Order: sequence, then C-alpha cells, then structure tokens
Amino acid sequence: MKWGVVVFPGSNCDRDVLHVLRDVLKQDAEFIWHEQRSVSGYDCIVLPGGFSYGDYLRTGAIARFSPVMQSVERFADRGGLVLGICNGFQILLEAGLLPGAMLRNDSLEFRCQHVFVRVENADTPFTHAYQKSQVLNIPIAHNEGNFYADPETIRLLEADKRVVFRYCDESGEVTPESNPNGSLRNIAGIRNEQGNVLGMMPHPERCSEKILGSEDGLHVFRSVLEFWGGGYCE
Amino acid sequence: MYQAKVRISLKPSVLDPQGETVKRALGSLGFESVSDVRAGKYFEITLDAKSATEAEAAVEQMCSKLLANPVIEQYAYEVVRLGGTHS
Repeated sequence: MKWGVVVFPGSNCDRDVLHVLRDVLKQDAEFIWHEQRSVSGYDCIVLPGGFSYGDYLRTGAIARFSPVMQSVERFADRGGLVLGICNGFQILLEAGLLPGAMLRNDSLEFRCQHVFVRVENADTPFTHAYQKSQVLNIPIAHNEGNFYADPETIRLLEADKRVVFRYCDESGEVTPESNPNGSLRNIAGIRNEQGNVLGMMPHPERCSEKILGSEDGLHVFRSVLEFWGGGYCE
Repeated sequence: MYQAKVRISLKPSVLDPQGETVKRALGSLGFESVSDVRAGKYFEITLDAKSATEAEAAVEQMCSKLLANPVIEQYAYEVVRLGGTHS
C-alpha cells in the first residue's frame, strides 16, 4: 500500500510521520505538497501535526481550503483512509469530515506532555491492533484541543461508538484530572460515521520507537497496514 | 468601496475559557461589577461592490464560509460605504 503525508506551510510533524512509515515500518510513503490537486494513487492519507498557515483565524481554518484538501475530501467520501493527527484533526473538523470543533484549552496553556488515553473502540481500521480499553502512554502538544460539539452530536458520537480515544489516568479511569484540555467527555479522538476517517489529538508518531520511551503509538499505523493487508476482521 | 465591520463571538452555549480568565483578572483588579466577559474577533474588510446589498451578500458568504465556524461561533456585521455621501 502507498501512504501520503500532506505537507502544509507550517506542518512540523510531517517528517516524524514519514520516518515512522519509511524507517520503522518499511512502507512506501511520500510527502504530498498542499498545492497538489490530486491524491490518486494513495491508499492512506495522513494529515500531520503542526501549525498550518500559522494557525491564523482558527486552527485548520485556512488549510481546509488548500487545493490538496479538496481532493482529500473527495478521497474520504469515496472511503479512502484518512488519519488526522493534532493539527490534522483540527483540519478535519474545519473541513467537516468530522463533527465538532476545537476550543482553546481550558487552562489557556499550551499542553506539551505525555498523557494516558484509553482505546474506546478497537474495531476501526486505525485501532484494531489494540485491545479495547487498552491504556496508551502517548504525548500531546497543543493549544486548541478542547473538543466541543453540541449535545445531540455528542449523543450520536457516543451511541455510534465513534469516540475512539479518551483521556484517562494510568489505570484507565476517565477522570476530570486526567483531562488535559477540557474536552467534552474526555474525548481525545473520534472517527467518522463510515469509519474511514480518524482524528486524534495525541501524537502516535512521537511514540513509535523504544528509544522515544513508548511504542504505544506504532499500532495506529500497524492497524492500517493490517487492515489493508486483509488481516483485519470485523 | 465599502467597508464591513465584522464581529465574531462564541455562541452563548459555548464556554469561553479566555473570557472567563479575563473576567477573573478584572475581578482581582477590583472591577467587582463585572459579571461576564466574552472574547471574540473583529475584522474590518474593505471591498469593492456595486451596491450595499451586493457588499452585504458577499460579507455574509465570507462569514459563513471562512470567518466564523458555525459549530462554535456566531457573527454580526455592518457594511458602510467609504468616502461616499450615502451608504
């Protein structure tokens, strides 16, 4: 399979994602410049973290209208796999590929730290290599990760098991203290209705090798590989 | 030429951490009369249009497409004619 990692002006986790895909997982992966108008030929598109367009106006608000995003939207509509990490998640929200919006962290502080998240749904193309309720040690680095959606949307997300990751403590308990940004229901990641689009605030690419202190993020990419290779059973 | 003054604010139902913090800071400065603070954004947009109606229609599109995120924000604007005698 072929991976594409989108590079916006201001992306800064693009190289980390490419490193994990190429060097750790030995995958065929390449950058896609934001001015590119087609993403045909790719099987999974990653929107990496960073500060696309300087985070001006709102995080992801400008990137969402870049030429590449028009084709990513069509790609997603046709069922293509799209993974948005941090700023990538924010772009997916602005593009309407995922519901809700990001508010500023309730602490008003940029949060750059390791957190624990619980896998709420291990039955997605991005998480099936995990166990349900598995607790991951994974870093976050954001100023706008305070997930918000109206009550009806939250109800739908919960009812449809579309909440994929939730902030929790080391033992897997979802508590107010383990919520680093004020997200509703401690939400750290959600998927779309069809299941082919995932947005997550934590950075799996920053914890995919032992030398980095945790390999808990690697299985996000491995899940996609297995899904693609047919090793994934519903 | 016309100028639009656009105000973006969070919907009343959305918590505003920035406004809350400013409110607390004002309280600690002795402004005890302050009961609420909401932070927002303000834009002045200069544009060319044949009429005020046309300018307003364009600004409406700008707000709904880009300037505001309808999930969390609301917007209001006024359009005035620049340098003319009537708007």
